[in-house]
Amino acid sequence: MKLDTILKQGRRILPLLTVLGLVSAAPAYSADGLGAYALKDAKIVRVSGAPIEKGVVVVRDGLIEAVGENVTIPADAWVIDCKGLTVYPGMIDAFSTLGIASAASSGSAAAAGGRRGGAAATPAAAAAAAAAAAEPVARGPEDRPSNESYAKAIDSVSATDSRIESFRNGGFLSAATFPAGKIFNGNGSLINLAGEKPGNMVIADSIGQSIVIVARGFGMSRGYPNSLMGYIAYVRQMYLDAERYKQAQAIYAKNPTGLQRPAYDRTLEGLLASPRMLLPAVRATEIERMVTFAKELKQPVVIYGAHEAYKEADFLKKANVPVIVSLKWPTKTPDGDPTAVEALRTLELRDKAPSSPAALAKAGVKFAFYADGLATPKEVLAAVKKSVDSGLSPADAIRALTLTPAEIYGVSDRLGSIDKGKIANLVIAEGDIFAPATKLKYVFVDGTKFEVPEAPAAGRGFGRGASGPGANDFQGDKQ
Amino acid sequence: MKRFSILLLAASALFAAEAPVLIQNATILTVTKGTVKGSILLQDGKIAAIGEKVMAPAGAKIVDGTGKFIMPGIIDCHSHIATEAVNEGSASVTAMVGIEDTINPDDIGIYRALAGGVTAANVLHGSANAIGGKNQVIKMRWGQNAEGLKFAGAMPGIKFALGENPKRAGSSQGGFGAPATNLRYPATRMGVEDVIREAFNDAKTYKAKWDDYNAKVKAGQVAIPPARDLKLDTLVEVLEGKRLVHAHCYRQDEILMLLHVADDFGFKIQTFQHVLEGYKVAKEIAAHGSGASTFSDWWAYKMEAEDAIPYNAAILVKKGVLTSLNSDDAELMRHLDKEAAKTLKYGGLTETEALSLITINPAKQLKIDDKVGSLEVGKDADLVVFDAHPLSNFSKVEKVFIDGKMYFDRDNDIEERAKKEITKKGLLEKQQQELRRQTPAGRPAQ
Repeated sequence: MKLDTILKQGRRILPLLTVLGLVSAAPAYSADGLGAYALKDAKIVRVSGAPIEKGVVVVRDGLIEAVGENVTIPADAWVIDCKGLTVYPGMIDAFSTLGIASAASSGSAAAAGGRRGGAAATPAAAAAAAAAAAEPVARGPEDRPSNESYAKAIDSVSATDSRIESFRNGGFLSAATFPAGKIFNGNGSLINLAGEKPGNMVIADSIGQSIVIVARGFGMSRGYPNSLMGYIAYVRQMYLDAERYKQAQAIYAKNPTGLQRPAYDRTLEGLLASPRMLLPAVRATEIERMVTFAKELKQPVVIYGAHEAYKEADFLKKANVPVIVSLKWPTKTPDGDPTAVEALRTLELRDKAPSSPAALAKAGVKFAFYADGLATPKEVLAAVKKSVDSGLSPADAIRALTLTPAEIYGVSDRLGSIDKGKIANLVIAEGDIFAPATKLKYVFVDGTKFEVPEAPAAGRGFGRGASGPGANDFQGDKQ
Repeated sequence: MKRFSILLLAASALFAAEAPVLIQNATILTVTKGTVKGSILLQDGKIAAIGEKVMAPAGAKIVDGTGKFIMPGIIDCHSHIATEAVNEGSASVTAMVGIEDTINPDDIGIYRALAGGVTAANVLHGSANAIGGKNQVIKMRWGQNAEGLKFAGAMPGIKFALGENPKRAGSSQGGFGAPATNLRYPATRMGVEDVIREAFNDAKTYKAKWDDYNAKVKAGQVAIPPARDLKLDTLVEVLEGKRLVHAHCYRQDEILMLLHVADDFGFKIQTFQHVLEGYKVAKEIAAHGSGASTFSDWWAYKMEAEDAIPYNAAILVKKGVLTSLNSDDAELMRHLDKEAAKTLKYGGLTETEALSLITINPAKQLKIDDKVGSLEVGKDADLVVFDAHPLSNFSKVEKVFIDGKMYFDRDNDIEERAKKEITKKGLLEKQQQELRRQTPAGRPAQ
């Protein structure tokens, strides 16, 4: 018997065994993830086109083989009756640390590490801070402080990060994941949230340089940069250096004899390998500042945060800059001073932030969402629902969770909608995905079927709280 | 038809601009051209006419100025409002950073300064290091974005700092001392001088490198350009006279030191800031052609600010130093006219001289006196309407115009407060409701 025949038979038996409870391991991925499935009589929200009220999706060998109302079900396909169920494309967290278990405290402490505030929150961070204290303090951009621009998220991804499973069970089947904890954090990678090895999870390995720029800052603390001014000047100098580096390398390559050779610089290599920059901007002023800055640097940019984007929708449209909206809507701090008098501006931002997506949709700005540290997919979808309640159409909401992030990162030719030939990332829900009571039945990642456990244990694997990849202990009050 | 549409276009352009404003029967303190009892016309953002009788153009808004005093918008030559960062104190030379990158148009300090009659300010980097960051001159156009606040055409500048502040990070002793693991040269006044000299030596070397490269390119040789350095670029601008130096200082010895350094490198110190011992070296400051921007009577908050006198501004003026009074502080900024009034008592300056300290003199120091600083036809219509003489303790700001547009109106402000209270109450109630919905029954919502 040929090997692939054995595999094929095994694959057919596997779901059966699962049903019988003979295979009890929760992530029931058949090793190869290949095989044919037919989702029959499903409502199909394709996102790329009008929903199909009753149709078939055929999945084979990790890809979507066919989709439509009148699709012949292949004889070898495992048929799943989806009567009353709705099929969505897998959702994408457009800016996360998913898969990077220790993103916030990972990496060697750069010279400018050991920042004040939350830096010593973990033993690892405390050790890093101590190590940094022993190192010389950065006094300028030439010291390349807090710079791992050459890092690549995928190199730090662990397939066993427990958040991968919890997000997958909630319908998030891909994530743009970024290294964190530095100023220049390196290139993010777009990954699928299932796979035995990180290498199998990658959809795109370098999707953009995540640069953390503090919202505000005053300071006399350790090392350059320690203020917003310094951050901006540092980033500006880096891109200037990168431009000159490229030029110098080119001149030298043509005339190696008789010219002094230019020095190698991995931090500049990292920038040059980045297709775009991701910059944080929550308030309107920050949005304008970061977009203007990116234009000055002549770099394609994606803005993340964007709670006050409702004021900047037209500006963003005109600048043609995509936005990733943080779903951690600003709220009153639960343990804040109950007698504190809050500014009208703070209250307004809190009230209007969830209307930002609707404003962006109306202006025609490309936008996606990110969980920004929300611990469970349920919370994430509840937060999306809040923007739906504030005027965003459900169709635009689902697009912002699927096709738009794929477009932002240049992978919409393989991901983000239910179309023939695309990666078979599918969510099968018992109804409207935004209705709080809706349960998910199955998800498919790369054509591999996962049963969603009846009641995903709350709090499982959400060890890391508040920090998204943009989080930084300098960030402070973003409002 | 064509003519009609052109007419329409012209009409819409008219409506887009601010309507002309004519303030009548007021006492107009022009500062540079005496006092006029009469009218002032603001049109197209500029002062169009000042005189006893000024004809109102069609569509002009007439404001009754009976009993009112009008002065040029106050200019503060030293402020730290409207920025999201003040110090980049990580290094002793941070000429690469700039306030222009961090302007915060949401800072309520802008509106409050406006309510005190300030229409322009020099937003400076702090004094944490010997050579700090670039400054940004702004107009208090409250409601506009960061770019909209910037004073177009103002000459760029940079902050220097001498004395205790820039050396503090070099020593682990004292209240603001640095941790022993992070000491930053210098720790003495000698070191501050050395840092400045070294920085300009570096700038000269850098410039020479570029000159050499440019010469090679001109000669048709293959060459790799030197790396551009944003820090040294800024210092080269200082050497070339394209950037003004505003130097924080207190003591006469450090003032003289910086004058020597500047003379040695061939650049000019545009203003000495604070300069509390300026009265001791006023002649030397005047001889160098520097200005002085000081406080009226604020001192003794640290050792180097002990030997100060309230006559400082008056003595500097009388010794021929271009002098201004500044705030360095969001609160003091709101009553600079009252600060100026103190020079009438201490030193016997005239009313006009006193007003000059907060109008035309800081304008000259910032090289924006061709646009602002006095009430003259053709200058920007930046002015303040007071209900009494601005040098009186009992006067209040009623209206403030910038570019002919009213940015502050006392009556309007009082009216708006009630409306804002209602909006705020509504939002608070909505928030409470939301919290109640999320809180399980029986537990009180916070």
